Amino acid sequence: MLDAGKSEQQIKSAAKGKRAFDTTLIWQLAILVVLLGSWEILSGRLFDSFWVSKPSLIIGYIYNWFVNGDFFRHLNATMTEIIVGYSIGAALGLALGLPIGRMEKTAKILDPFLLALNGIPRVALAPLFVIWFGIGITPKIVLVFTLVFFVVFYNSYAGVRSVERRYVDLAWVMGARSFSLFTKVILPAAMPYIILGLKLSIPYAVIGAIIGEFIASSEGLGHKIQLETSVYNTTGTMGGIVVLMILVVFLNSLLAWIERRALAWRPPSRSGDAGGQGL
Amino acid sequence: MQSSSDFLIFDKVTKVFESPDGGSVTALDNFSLNVADGEFVTVVGPSGCGKSTLLNLVVGLDKPSSGQILINGKPAWQQLLNIGYVTQEDNLYPWRTLRENVEFPLEIRGMAKSERRKRSEELLQRVGLAGFENRYAHQLSGGMRQRGNIVRALSFDPGLIIMDEPFGPLDAQTRIVLQQQLLDLWLQDKKTVIFITHDLQEAIALGDRVVVMTARPGRIRSVYDIKLSRPRDLHHLHDDPEFRTALSDLWDELADEVSAANAMGR
Ligand SMILES: Nc1ncnc2c1ncn2[C@@H]1O[C@H](COP(=O)(O)OP(=O)(O)O)[C@@H](O)[C@H]1O
Ligand SMILES: [Mg+2]
Repeated sequence: MLDAGKSEQQIKSAAKGKRAFDTTLIWQLAILVVLLGSWEILSGRLFDSFWVSKPSLIIGYIYNWFVNGDFFRHLNATMTEIIVGYSIGAALGLALGLPIGRMEKTAKILDPFLLALNGIPRVALAPLFVIWFGIGITPKIVLVFTLVFFVVFYNSYAGVRSVERRYVDLAWVMGARSFSLFTKVILPAAMPYIILGLKLSIPYAVIGAIIGEFIASSEGLGHKIQLETSVYNTTGTMGGIVVLMILVVFLNSLLAWIERRALAWRPPSRSGDAGGQGL
Repeated sequence: MQSSSDFLIFDKVTKVFESPDGGSVTALDNFSLNVADGEFVTVVGPSGCGKSTLLNLVVGLDKPSSGQILINGKPAWQQLLNIGYVTQEDNLYPWRTLRENVEFPLEIRGMAKSERRKRSEELLQRVGLAGFENRYAHQLSGGMRQRGNIVRALSFDPGLIIMDEPFGPLDAQTRIVLQQQLLDLWLQDKKTVIFITHDLQEAIALGDRVVVMTARPGRIRSVYDIKLSRPRDLHHLHDDPEFRTALSDLWDELADEVSAANAMGR
């Protein structure tokens, strides 16, 4: 049969793709060098480095902060807020989104309420959370939670609703009933959406924690950034931002790793990984 | 006319679809047929004559407007564990490997892992898919996927196998290879098969009996006994006088119905 032909060709072209010299990384590095280089050179010449700082100063700042500063105390506070808020938000989002996606009537009844709740700019609630929960880590956790919950909820809800009818019907015919139908068909079929929700909500979690710290706090990366900004230390501000950026990239690649394992069955897509949103 | 040996009975099955705008489509009209245990029945008819609807009624994905479908005297849809369904669309689950797809009904039935593995390996071997067990659907050709769909429906050894144009989208060479494999599989344990097709040659080549359906509303126009001996060698069937007679007899009947269907503005 001609069956093997297609796959052999695929394997060949894949191997070819690997063997061919990939210039993407070279280009990326070149762009990075040009950007950082011109920033370094122009700062102090074209712009006042007091306002825009420069890469060498920022690296030096982070190094010092890391070696003999309070880096880990702040990182620890922010990470705690993110991890606790994200975990609760994601868990509850899944626990509600998945079953409600299967309940047509309930979904219809709840829809306007969810829409309205999601319409509240959550960041505007931050001061209220401070009034309610004080200036410790609780209000930040609550803020992270509210941001993460809706993203995860909506994506898992939409994922369950997107499962093709024919897959469910056939599973039914093959004897699958409520529990096996859910775990063996609906959950895996909705998985791309679920993972998307978990991924999209990472930057939201970081935003929530930082905004919460901006409003009122005694520690955390957001607190540190605000402190430096209030004394016009742009180098310190940018140092904090760079650390946050690294944090988001790290969390995203963690999720991308999970995604690769959970969605190994998906055909390779044409577009690259867009990787969440910036802060 | 029901005899006790009739395994599967379609008893005046009628299906009317009501559309939201108040209109209605009669997809099946008084479809009655008795099928003996171990019989291979093929059903041909123009597109839109209710063939898929018929199979959906067997497994209870839809309810007949009137009439009933019985297996061993009891409603067929209550005996799903005994029915293997190969749908018109390729329905391998993309998140499962070929092996995991074949084992799906076995998992549902609670079969032990080692036993499942043995069964799926044996079946995949029989249809020439050994070595492809760990591929996902998108890594398989159309012919391989279709064999996967069929083998999955056979995996739990159902008494009745219903197939909806399973070889429809395949090229001619692949199609004949799969037809031959299906016949060989069937000869080994002689399950009852209802095989839907729009290809008359396929219907004659495979079936013990060919049911020709009318254009919508789907009724039985004629039932034709195929006297070809078994096992059949599909590559040389076209020279067989019995095959030619059946083809020319049935061709005119089907042609009538196809032009009737086209006249309906399809
Ligand atoms: N769910 C449905 N609702 C309304 N009409 C339907 C539905 N399913 C099928 N039909 C109609 O019933 C007729 C038979 O359809 P089908 O059984 O799919 O035909 P076939 O498989 O023979 O091509 C068609 O006219 C089709 O439009
Ligand atoms: Mg059909």
